[in-house]
Amino acid sequence: MSELPIKDRMKIPRHHMIEQDAKQRTANFKEVNLGYTKEMALAEAMRCIQCKNPPCVAGCPVFVKIPEFIRKLETGDLAEAATILKMDNTLPAVCGRVCPQEEQCERVCTLGKKGEAVAVGYLERFVADWLRDYGKETAPAPVKSGKKVAIVGSGPAGLSCAGDLLRMGHAVTVFEALHEIGGVLMYGIPEFRLPKAIVQAEVEALRKAGVEFVTDYVIGLTETVDELLQKFAAVFVGVGAGLPYFLNIPGEQLVGVYSANEFLTRVNLMKAYEFPKCDTPVFEVKGKQVAVFGGGNTAMDAVRTSCRLGAARAMIIYRRTEKELPARIEEVKHAKEEGIEFIFLAAPVEFTGHDNGWLKSVTVQKMELGEPDASGRRKPVPIPGALETIPLDAAIIAIGNGSNPIISKTTPDLKVNKWGNILVDEKSMKSSKKGVFAGGDIVTGGATVILAMGAGRKAAQAIDEYLKKPEIWS
Amino acid sequence: MNKIIEARNLAPDVKLFKIAAPQIANKRQAGQFVILRVHKEGERIPLTIADSNVQDGSITIIVQGIGKTTKYMNTLQAGDSIMDVVGPLGKPSHIACFGTVVVIGGGVGTAIAFPTAKALKQAGNHVVSIIGGRTKQLVILEEELRAVSDEVYPTTDDGSYGYQGMVTHKLQDLIKAGRKLDFVLAIGPIPMMAAVSEVTKQHHIKTTVSLNPIMVDGTGMCGGCRAVVDGKTVFVCVDGPEFDAHQVDYASLAKRNRSYLLQEKTAVEEFCKLDAMIKEKEYVRTAH
Ligand SMILES: Cc1cc2nc3c(=O)[nH]c(=O)nc-3n(C[C@H](O)[C@H](O)[C@H](O)COP(=O)(O)OP(=O)(O)OC[C@H]3O[C@@H](n4cnc5c(N)ncnc54)[C@H](O)[C@@H]3O)c2cc1C
Ligand code: SF4
Ligand code: FES
Repeated sequence: MSELPIKDRMKIPRHHMIEQDAKQRTANFKEVNLGYTKEMALAEAMRCIQCKNPPCVAGCPVFVKIPEFIRKLETGDLAEAATILKMDNTLPAVCGRVCPQEEQCERVCTLGKKGEAVAVGYLERFVADWLRDYGKETAPAPVKSGKKVAIVGSGPAGLSCAGDLLRMGHAVTVFEALHEIGGVLMYGIPEFRLPKAIVQAEVEALRKAGVEFVTDYVIGLTETVDELLQKFAAVFVGVGAGLPYFLNIPGEQLVGVYSANEFLTRVNLMKAYEFPKCDTPVFEVKGKQVAVFGGGNTAMDAVRTSCRLGAARAMIIYRRTEKELPARIEEVKHAKEEGIEFIFLAAPVEFTGHDNGWLKSVTVQKMELGEPDASGRRKPVPIPGALETIPLDAAIIAIGNGSNPIISKTTPDLKVNKWGNILVDEKSMKSSKKGVFAGGDIVTGGATVILAMGAGRKAAQAIDEYLKKPEIWS
Repeated sequence: MNKIIEARNLAPDVKLFKIAAPQIANKRQAGQFVILRVHKEGERIPLTIADSNVQDGSITIIVQGIGKTTKYMNTLQAGDSIMDVVGPLGKPSHIACFGTVVVIGGGVGTAIAFPTAKALKQAGNHVVSIIGGRTKQLVILEEELRAVSDEVYPTTDDGSYGYQGMVTHKLQDLIKAGRKLDFVLAIGPIPMMAAVSEVTKQHHIKTTVSLNPIMVDGTGMCGGCRAVVDGKTVFVCVDGPEFDAHQVDYASLAKRNRSYLLQEKTAVEEFCKLDAMIKEKEYVRTAH
């Protein structure tokens, strides 16, 4: 193959994702992004100019060797591209779909300075999907060390920690409170953004490789961390940030007011959209007015879910402006295409209800941007007297999660900060308790899949060292 | 998968199950519950652990067939399995030696009150149990409660058995008779718990109720089980299920428990149609 000059590479425009049509997709729960064709992927790979000191790699929280895998893809060596990708990212099919690339690799891509960044995320997704569909199964884990490790929680932190420890030759058991493995990937992020089959394929691969999964097992209640330590040489705690915040305004007890966690769990994990075939109901939103409070990925997932359940009016109500929305850009774009209404600079102050206890409306305080605060962002301040009442049938609160106290309350010598996040040494993910490591949202507070995955891998490394020299713990 | 070791009817539509769940049996304390899911399409429902047996590794639950899942459960037999059982969830009951305690159970609430009554007895209390039902057949676990109580008063609304009247009337009688009551535990339908709470508040008797909101995960992750206690939001699955009766906002809890009334009706109708179909098939099969 003749080498394409940089000049010509830079002339190729970024390839757009093939998507399900907006009208059509709001009537189903199927994935919105359909993926690149092979031709598109190879052509997009040609855009990468193979920078010497690739800024994209520095921008990636786990330092995926981006130009290397793209290069292999360009030459058509998909198997090798996948191998390189997998070295640093254990869940590329997931990350290719849900990472905020515009904040990470693609934000700093050299091409982005003048034009559009290389579509690193779409390429990652393409290679990972190829691997799942056509790749060879990875060889089973090497010789056993005879050491057993317990992983608590089966989100991306727990899964990646489990995968690495297994490869290092240790026996791994994952304990999960819910009846499905996958954490937020299963119960939070909807099918239309991350098909459950993709998560399950990752889990199955781990199961085949030898990871033991125990569902319906709440550590702290079914068995404590101390009891685990009697049977396992080390414990990794990756229980996520699962304690939904409410707004603490009057009327939050009304029927029709949900936390995003509850709404999404009912719909995703319990398949309420298939009611009555599946037994779990969700509030009937067909033809109704639904508002979601918040501006992150969770808020976008909730509002787009209610749109798919047939809401007549589905809106995001956010106290700042569009610029500050923490959600991935692609989610905001998709939401807009799907007819989601955005109400900015408005903060809820009260819900009112009908006599039967069902939600009737929300009153919001209109805000304006005031003086910049310490971070340089202009803070929203209330406009005196500017209140507006919006009729509502369902309200979904998506303003973040605190940390679930079950583990910390039942493990008194495990140190946590005032928000309940487990305190760890940043390099080794060691906690204050000998033999116990922690990572993911339970340490950082609600963050991202890639950061949780990275933390799980760091911990696996440290656990491996600890298992070899258990006498060293400081 | 958790195997059903034993299943028997206690009253019409009320069935007792012994389920294999050794780890839960090891751990559970009075007042705690499990969440179970009967099959792949099933919902997650909370049920109080009525009893446990560490030797045979079983827990006992008592189910009243009201919704689709509980009606389905009541068709299960020994040898069948339940897909998921997780627990023990919630905080254990606060057990202490109060003196004379009254344990009040309304309907299937009696099953929830039973383990705590047993623990209160073991802690040295004089236990008075008042167990109510609309009619004779709906008064359950009388024998079991007699074994752990010093006095048992069954009550029925229609007077078909025991004392005629509500559990609150019997409680008021005890108070009027000058009995010194140190603690009351009331478990049953929300109006019953609210009524008991009214009575004991007037007489300044410390009272605990066990709340039964709709739940999903049972671990504090969804907030669906929230209730208002002492003006503050609590998550019943992790902060409860037992709370100070005099601080609970019963009205909002009652309304929240009716959230899915319409859907529940659809689900039960679907189930009954299906159940009738199965029964008809069985009938045809056995007839041949
Ligand atoms: C709706 C939604 C959308 C999101 N979208 C994105 C996105 O687009 N991109 C992105 O990067 N991030 C996104 N996030 C954030 C991301 O999902 C999380 O940061 C990530 O999943 C954290 O991983 P984790 O392994 O720490 O925990 P989790 O994924 O939360 O997994 C923790 C697991 O532990 C289990 N558990 C909890 N307590 C116990 C216990 N005591 N015993 C046993 N098991 C227990 C839980 O049931 C859960 O399964 C989103 C989050 C939500 C809620
Ligand atoms: S910064 Fe962009 S162009 Fe440079 S190596 Fe990374 S992906 Fe390729
Ligand atoms: S049932 Fe979900 S928080 Fe209690």
